[in-house]
Formats: sequence, structure tokens, C-alpha cells
Amino acid sequence: MTTTTLKPRRHKPKRSTVLTIGMLAAAAYFLLPLFWLFVASTKTSQDLFSTFGLWFSGDFHLIDNIRLTLTQDDGVFLRWLWNTLLYAVTAAGGGALLAALAGYGFSKYRFKGNRTMFMIVLGAVMVPTTALAIPTYLVFSEIGLADTPWAIILPSLVNPFGLLLMRVYVEAAVPDSLLEAARIDGASEFRIFFQVVLRLLAPGFATVLLFALVHTWNNYFLPLIMLNDPELYPITVGLARWQGQAAAAGGASGDLIPLVITGSLLSIIPLVIAFLFLQRYWQSGLVAGAVK
Amino acid sequence: MTTTTADRRRQGTSPRTFTAHRHRRGRLVAGYMFVAPFMIVFVAMFLVPLLYAAYFSLFREQLVGGNVFVGLENYSRAFGDDQLWTGIGRVCLFFLIQVPIMLVAALAFALALDTGLTRLKRTTRLGIFVPYAVPGVIATLMWGFLYGPDFGPFAQLADKIGLSAPDFLSQHLMLGSLANIVFWEFTGYNMVILYAALRSVPTEIYEAAAVDGAGQWRIAWSIKIPALRGALAVCMIFSIIGSFQLFNEPQLMKSLAPTVIDDAYTPNLYAYNLAFVGQEYNYAAAVSFVLGLVILAGSYAFMFATNRRSRR
Repeated sequence: MTTTTLKPRRHKPKRSTVLTIGMLAAAAYFLLPLFWLFVASTKTSQDLFSTFGLWFSGDFHLIDNIRLTLTQDDGVFLRWLWNTLLYAVTAAGGGALLAALAGYGFSKYRFKGNRTMFMIVLGAVMVPTTALAIPTYLVFSEIGLADTPWAIILPSLVNPFGLLLMRVYVEAAVPDSLLEAARIDGASEFRIFFQVVLRLLAPGFATVLLFALVHTWNNYFLPLIMLNDPELYPITVGLARWQGQAAAAGGASGDLIPLVITGSLLSIIPLVIAFLFLQRYWQSGLVAGAVK
Repeated sequence: MTTTTADRRRQGTSPRTFTAHRHRRGRLVAGYMFVAPFMIVFVAMFLVPLLYAAYFSLFREQLVGGNVFVGLENYSRAFGDDQLWTGIGRVCLFFLIQVPIMLVAALAFALALDTGLTRLKRTTRLGIFVPYAVPGVIATLMWGFLYGPDFGPFAQLADKIGLSAPDFLSQHLMLGSLANIVFWEFTGYNMVILYAALRSVPTEIYEAAAVDGAGQWRIAWSIKIPALRGALAVCMIFSIIGSFQLFNEPQLMKSLAPTVIDDAYTPNLYAYNLAFVGQEYNYAAAVSFVLGLVILAGSYAFMFATNRRSRR
């Protein structure tokens, strides 16, 4: 309160209860399905049908459900989780590094075809996933890479949006004078990048990495067409397969439903945690992207 | 933007000219070296498959005689294919309903947060954004259960008060149910982009406007929304691309409502089924290119329309 009297010109408005209630209601809508998911994964399949969905039944069955999920089909769920992690980390890490290198190259060097190449890459965003995935599948089966982890990792390394973001970020965060100074000191172009530039790009890099991580973690279409071997599935395709089996069998295999639900809960926890902990990074990165 | 180093070099602050000149050649090569890894992967994983698809979309597989060159026949078939155009019409309708609602909601949330008038700002912002971190597959499975007549809470609530819940998975409501899933997944993402753009507007402008007696509504309408034009355009382009490529949600809903969602419910689903169920790779490639053309046309039409308006 004293600050307002000190600065009389700054209009310090009162908090609005109506707006707060409105925003809380909105947040409730977005959190409701996740709350339901948590409640549902504490229930046996009988309780799912016989008790109210948005509240717990007396019987807390979460640990049992997790155990059932992890041991179903000889522990294939853990295998899927590991695959997802492998695909997401390699594809996102590699993709972010490629985007950072190229974003820096496009931003700070003049060479023939700079603009043309950049525009072609940006235009790539418009191409429908199927238009790309069908021929990629045919090429990969031709050279024997379909139904291997490479079939997921290699195509996911291309990240046009990451390139755009990195270029914008380089322009905002890397001053030319610094590069000139490093050159006068006799540092090679690559040393400049890895020892000076990369450090300045850390927040932008984290943003690209995080969004690429989400993108690969959530990828469904590519593994759906590329992989036949259930041992290679990521979680998304694996859970969809369980769900398909549960739906096809109707009531008879109702036992799979708690596994789909608990598996869904388990698989979203890592990403939600990553977003919460890396907040500072992705938010500052998005500001840089949005300023453009 | 990329010319700054070069310009400075050309002006030539004298003691540096010699070193700069010596490095010039090395630097030209370095530029290519930096973009090369990305471009090589891009060419191998993007341009090559795309050109290959363009090539084999000109053929037809026959039982006798293998692949036969048919020119643009697959394309003329696609342009006259009712199933494809019904799907395109459906995603158009989806786009016209879902995207305005989503972007208006995202804009309203971003503006509300930016006024600084709400309590629990961090909690609400994260709560609205968190669905973005949930895989589309899981979002769809979850909403599928929630919509369901067996143990979905809506059906249970309606049952309790003696009514029957609307059948969310019926012919009439399916598109709306899918739109709700996409709304749930992406509103927070768009909100964060718009909110980030709002944070970069210098606050002095708001203070000056407040001194002039402008209220929050007036500031939002006359300063903030115009300042968001660029960010809104980005959100819009991504939404056009996303809507027309709708695939995961209907593909997964198919197991819950097999009679409502047919093989050609959306263009991408159609291309997928043509290729991987019917083994009609050639025609599927042509269908995806036609869809790509529609997306391109839609995006350009949007950019053209907004450019004209801002110039006026």
C-alpha cells in the first residue's frame, strides 16, 4: 500500500474476483480429465463401472493397478516406456543440436542460397504428415530400416520450427561484436560456436529441446506405420493397441481398461514434471519467439 | 539482418581489414558447414521421400504388368473423389467451428492473465497449459472414456438425475466431441504464445494509456489486441495446418464408434487407409498431395486476407 502512495501516478488496480473465478473455472475444465484419470487409476475394473467416476471408491487400488500394468505381457509396458525415452531423447537432442547449428549458420553467415534454403525448410511445415510418411515408409522398407528404432529417430531429427526459433534467438542473443572479438583473438569458427555461442543460446536451446521432446514423446502416426514389432512400440502406440483390444473384446476383456488408464497416467507424469521444472526456459524461449 | 557483419567488414575499420579478409574464405565455408548437418538430414528425410512420392503418384499398380505410368490420372481421380472431398469438407467445418473458439478463448485467457488482476496467476496458467504436455493419444483415450456411456461421469451424472446423457459418440455429436478434445489439448499452448507476446509489449504504453484515463477493456482492445496481430497470425497458420491434418483423434475414436468414423472421415485418415489397409500407395500419395495443396491454398488465402486488411 505504501508503494502506491509513493508512486501516485502508477495506477495499482484492485484484484478482480470475477476474473479470478473465471480463470479458476477455466483451469478446472483443463484439469478435470487429469483428475478423472488419477481417480480412475485407483479403481478396479468393477469399481470403474459401479462407482461415480469423479470420486474415489473406498478401495484404493492404485498400487495394484501399477503392478498389473508393469507386469502385463511380460512387462512390455516398461519396454514401451524405455523405447519412448530412447526415441524422444535421441531425436530431440540431435534435432535441437542440428537446429542450433543451422539457425546460427543461417543467421550469422552470408552464403549463396541462404535465403532460398531457409524458405524451403519453412515451407516444409505445410506438407501433410501422410504425404511424407507414406514415401518414407516405402524408402525405409526398401533399405531395411522400417521396423527398427532408426525409422522413428531419423525422420524426427528434422525440426523446421526449431530452426526458425533458433534463428530468431541467435539474432536476439548473439551480438556480432562478440563474434568479431573472438575472431580477432584467433578462435576458429567452430570453437566460437561451441565455447561462446552455445552458452548464449541455452534458453532457446532448452525451448527447442523441450518442444521436440514433447513432439517425439507424443508421436503416434510415424511409429504406427513404421513398426510391427510390439517390442519396439513407444507408449502411444502400445496403449492404443491395448485400448483397441479392450474395445474389440467389449465387456469380456474389461480387465485391460484399468491398464490403459493406469498406463496413461504413468506415461504423462515425466512430461508434466519436465514442463514444471523447465518453466523458466521454455517461457523465456517463447517470448523470444513471439517477439518476432 | 544477416548483412550486419558483412556491412561492417565492408566499411573496413582499417586495422582489421587484413585479418577479416584472410578469414573471409574460411567464413564462407563455415557458413555451409553449420547448415550442412541440418540440410543433409532435411534432404534425406524430407525432400527425397517427397520427390519419390511425387514420382510414384504418377503410376498405378496393376495385377498384371506391375507399375504402369498413368501421368496425372491419380490426381484427376482424386479431384473427382467424393470420399476425399467429403473428408475435406468435414475438416473445413471442423476448422471453422473449433479454431475461432479456441483462439478467442486463448486470447481471453492471455489478456486476463496479463491484466494482473487475477489471483493464483501461476497456478491457473499452468493448469490451462498442462494438457499440451499430454500426448494426443492419451488425451483421446481419456476423453473417450469420459464421453462413454458405461462409466463416463457425464452419463453417470445424467443417470442420477434421471435423464440420459447425450450420446457424444453419435453421428451428430462426433465432430463436436473431437473439437472439444483438440480444444482441450491446444488452447493452453496458444494462450502461452499470446501471453508471451503480450509480456514483450513495453509497460510504459499501458501506463501512459492509464494516465489518459483508459480502462482495462479499452487498453486490451486498443493496445493489446493490435499488438498481438503477429502472434495471432502464427497461431492461426498452425491451426490451419493442424485442423486439416486431423488424424490421431478420429483414428483412435474409431475403435469406440466404428460406425460413425468411416475410413475416409478425414483426408489424412483416408490416405492412411488407402496406403496401409488397401495397399494403394500410388493413389494415397496423390491424395496427400491434393490435401497439401488445400492446406497451402488455405494458408495463403489467410495471409493474403490479413495483409490486405493491415494495409488498409
